[in-house]
Amino acid sequence: MTQQSSGIFNWINTRLPISNTYERHLSKHPVPKKVNFWYLFGALASVVLVIQIVSGIWLMFGYENTEEGAFASVEYIMRDIEYGWIIRYMHTTGASMFFAVVYLHMFRGLLYGSYHKPRELVWIFGMTIYLVMMAEGFLGYVLPYGQMSYWGAQVIISLFGAIPYIGESLELWVRGDYYISGATISRFFALHVVALPLILIALVFMHLVALHEVGAGNPEGVDIEKYLDEDGVPLDSVPFFPYKVLNALVAIGVFGIVFSFIMFFFPEGGGYMLELANFEEANPLSTPEHIAPVWYYSPYYAMLRAVPDKLGGLLVMAAAIAILFVVPWLDRSKAASIRYKGILSKIAMTMFIVSWLMLAWLGTVPVTALRTTLSIIGTVIYFAFFLLMPIYTSIEKTKPVPERL
Amino acid sequence: MEDTLTTRRKVLIGMTATVGAAGASLAAIPFIASWNPSAKAKAVGGPVRIDVSKMQIGQKIQVSWRKQPIFIIRHSKEAIENLSKVESKLDDPSSLKIEEPYRDLNPTRSTSGEYTVIAGVCTHLGCAPKFYPEIQPQPWDDSWIGGFFCPCHGSMFDIVGRVFKGVPAPTNLKVPPHYFDGSILTIGEER
Repeated sequence: MTQQSSGIFNWINTRLPISNTYERHLSKHPVPKKVNFWYLFGALASVVLVIQIVSGIWLMFGYENTEEGAFASVEYIMRDIEYGWIIRYMHTTGASMFFAVVYLHMFRGLLYGSYHKPRELVWIFGMTIYLVMMAEGFLGYVLPYGQMSYWGAQVIISLFGAIPYIGESLELWVRGDYYISGATISRFFALHVVALPLILIALVFMHLVALHEVGAGNPEGVDIEKYLDEDGVPLDSVPFFPYKVLNALVAIGVFGIVFSFIMFFFPEGGGYMLELANFEEANPLSTPEHIAPVWYYSPYYAMLRAVPDKLGGLLVMAAAIAILFVVPWLDRSKAASIRYKGILSKIAMTMFIVSWLMLAWLGTVPVTALRTTLSIIGTVIYFAFFLLMPIYTSIEKTKPVPERL
Repeated sequence: MEDTLTTRRKVLIGMTATVGAAGASLAAIPFIASWNPSAKAKAVGGPVRIDVSKMQIGQKIQVSWRKQPIFIIRHSKEAIENLSKVESKLDDPSSLKIEEPYRDLNPTRSTSGEYTVIAGVCTHLGCAPKFYPEIQPQPWDDSWIGGFFCPCHGSMFDIVGRVFKGVPAPTNLKVPPHYFDGSILTIGEER
């Protein structure tokens, strides 16, 4: 950018760092030259975030945040507003897809050790995003005021009641009434559409700023910063544009096809994405026969049910999320990637995947004695994966990590 | 001179920070308090009245108070006599763990010797437990003695709402404030 050149763009550019920022964070930003499909889900997550914001704003045009009007207004959006159904299903499918890509993105982190030094903060910002997303998803699910909105919220708000001494007053304070009423809906609405999205966007920004400071990882766990060219650019890197952008565009295209297929043909996801009981208006006097969360909360719900104690269940569920934050300090392995870790890490990772999927299934089905036992086993394996990580990652023999990518 | 200046600066920073922190916490009060139940919400939660004389023996009915289901059960004499027999299965047969307004008054836990009045809100996570009065094996308990089963997380209670051992619910179902005036039951108010 030269001071002499004329034109409105240059006038702005000397006052606002457009070219600098574009070059630093987009066009010339160095990314590892060899990555695989696991490295696409971050980009997909930001696409879904945009879909959720846009479809969410359009839903607000028709939604009414009152006890009397909430359920009817959602039906009004579905039936009377032109293309309202597609906007709503875009938002509900988007919620599930958001969790799907974020879970895959997080799993990539575990698989290739994306949280290893110096990327601890990137991981922590990411985990905070996940936590806020869980709150955001819960609040949004309450808004249609269907049976599952009501009873799901009843269960989740009752969790506050497990906190000693202040629990019951806290429950009343969160609801703002003796039951989940219009007061609850309107505050959940404000949090869902304004407060949490603002926090979410700020966190995504921090996640990306921290990532661009330390650079993206790769499936080999190679530190590409070791070998730089004369300009200080890693030799094993390629510029973000066009290399990363173009293959991300292909991924977004494929993702769009999958997304649309679900949105058009399976918006309810067989009752796992939109539960059938939620097509019935909330009735505070009658609990549905079977209460289950949507699929993306179900592993943690299974853990809650596995513990036959109210406070204990809450603590186990909270610990299951909290423990993810400290993974960068639990993994003592010299190798970041599972490719170069030892046999113990590979066994642990396999058992973790099996237990997580089993818990996800158990959280959606009614309780029986056998399933409770399975939930306990799954919960123990889940925690063992993390709590034993400092031991098995330090005693096992790792393969040497290559110098170059 | 240097020292006095540093001390003075420290004192000033300390004082400003204290006043600032006090101001910030006081400013938080309206934001936090506005989430409490409004005057309107409190007024709607007034008492309800119902004539219970037309209930059959062994019948359970449900009324709504503060939009909570309140279960009323009319027990037979045998059912009342059997209450003491099931105590080995119960976690807290005498309701010592909770604020029980009518403790030791009647085995039904209410102010009446024949009717039980309990909030149909599971003390675990707030679902409405279902009433299975028959003494017969059930999928969740082979030696079921009749009572309430919560479909959400499998908590069990006997026919007067006393919690079983080894279930997630921590305490017995709550007895709401109530009184009987002949056959007229008032819930949400005490005499």
